[in-house]
Amino acid sequence: MAIRVTHELHNRRFGRNLGLALVLGGFVVLVFALTVVKIDRGDQMQGYDHTIRPEMLPADDAAGQGAAGQGAEGQGAEGQGAAPATGGTP
Amino acid sequence: MSDIGTFEGSTPAAPRDAGFGDYVQLLKPRVMSLVVFTALVGILVAPAQLHPVEAFAAILFIALGGGASGALNMWWDSDIDAVMGRTKGRPIPSGRVERGEALALGLALSGISVVMLALATNIAAGALLAFTIFFYAVVYSIWLKRSTPQNIVIGGAAGAFPPMIGWVAATGHVSLEAVLMFALIFMWTPPHFWALALFMKEDYHKAGVPMLTVTHGRKATRAHILIYTLLLAPVAIGAALTSIGGPLTLAVAVALNAWFILGAFRIRARSEDQAQADSYAVEKAFFRFSLLYLALHFTAFLAEAVLRPYGLGGW
Repeated sequence: MAIRVTHELHNRRFGRNLGLALVLGGFVVLVFALTVVKIDRGDQMQGYDHTIRPEMLPADDAAGQGAAGQGAEGQGAEGQGAAPATGGTP
Repeated sequence: MSDIGTFEGSTPAAPRDAGFGDYVQLLKPRVMSLVVFTALVGILVAPAQLHPVEAFAAILFIALGGGASGALNMWWDSDIDAVMGRTKGRPIPSGRVERGEALALGLALSGISVVMLALATNIAAGALLAFTIFFYAVVYSIWLKRSTPQNIVIGGAAGAFPPMIGWVAATGHVSLEAVLMFALIFMWTPPHFWALALFMKEDYHKAGVPMLTVTHGRKATRAHILIYTLLLAPVAIGAALTSIGGPLTLAVAVALNAWFILGAFRIRARSEDQAQADSYAVEKAFFRFSLLYLALHFTAFLAEAVLRPYGLGGW
């Protein structure tokens, strides 16, 4: 029997590998697109800047902490250049 | 998958190396198409908007979760699939894919789909998808299917979850409309499958699956089809009266349910001899119409949502 470069088996395996490559490529693109959408909207960003912010606290505490936080923010910004209390990134 | 040595020395009965399409077949693409459609409707009729990328991801991962549960079902049921004419060509009984591969694929896709749906939308949607996969693979396939003639009734819940998951993905919570979309598919499933069982009787009998036709006889099955069809009608009309419905949906629901009930009465009135005489023509027509029934109901929900911005849809 003559040796053939490609066998039907190889074609099938190539098809399987190509299919898997396309699926993985598509998955990467989808995760990237989801990441862009989430970051654009600011989802999942809170809580990673190690700063207590009023919107993260129960309503009763929020008023007091919010006032204190504003004071600390103002002091930091003037004196030591600390990170702002809101809108920070990880 | 067989290795190359096995293939080269193969006989016609030896397993062949699986192609990509064989793995796709494990995911039951025809069932996935229903999952995609109903989940899409669940997302689009919900009173909250997902970003198009999130909506696409949600539908994709709900469908993938449905496919994963299909692979787990094929892994568990490969022995009875080999016996039934309708299923013996599936990848495992035909020797193209090994059982372990189906299990691995099902488990891996289950994990990926649940985690990704939770990340793309919200944790409630991910949890509901996880429960759906568990319900179909464990509660229905492993537990109920071979032990009770109510297998289709309870197992039908697994196929009813996708529109509810779509709704939860968009809104973050379950509401009456989501429950009614669930109930519509849940109540529709028994008459749909029992009509199939009436004209595929040898398959289930040979496989030893305790379908109602096998355990309680065909006359009782015909009566059950009528009862569930009558119970389905108020659910469908009730859904049409909620915020996802409207005059169009109500008209569609009334017409479809009247026709469906008429078909169920005709099935109930027939004897087995009459059915055999015309090769189960009425049962087959009822089964085909049941597919149209569900598709048109969800199309009507979708039409209401699409027309609403133009002041035409909804109440």
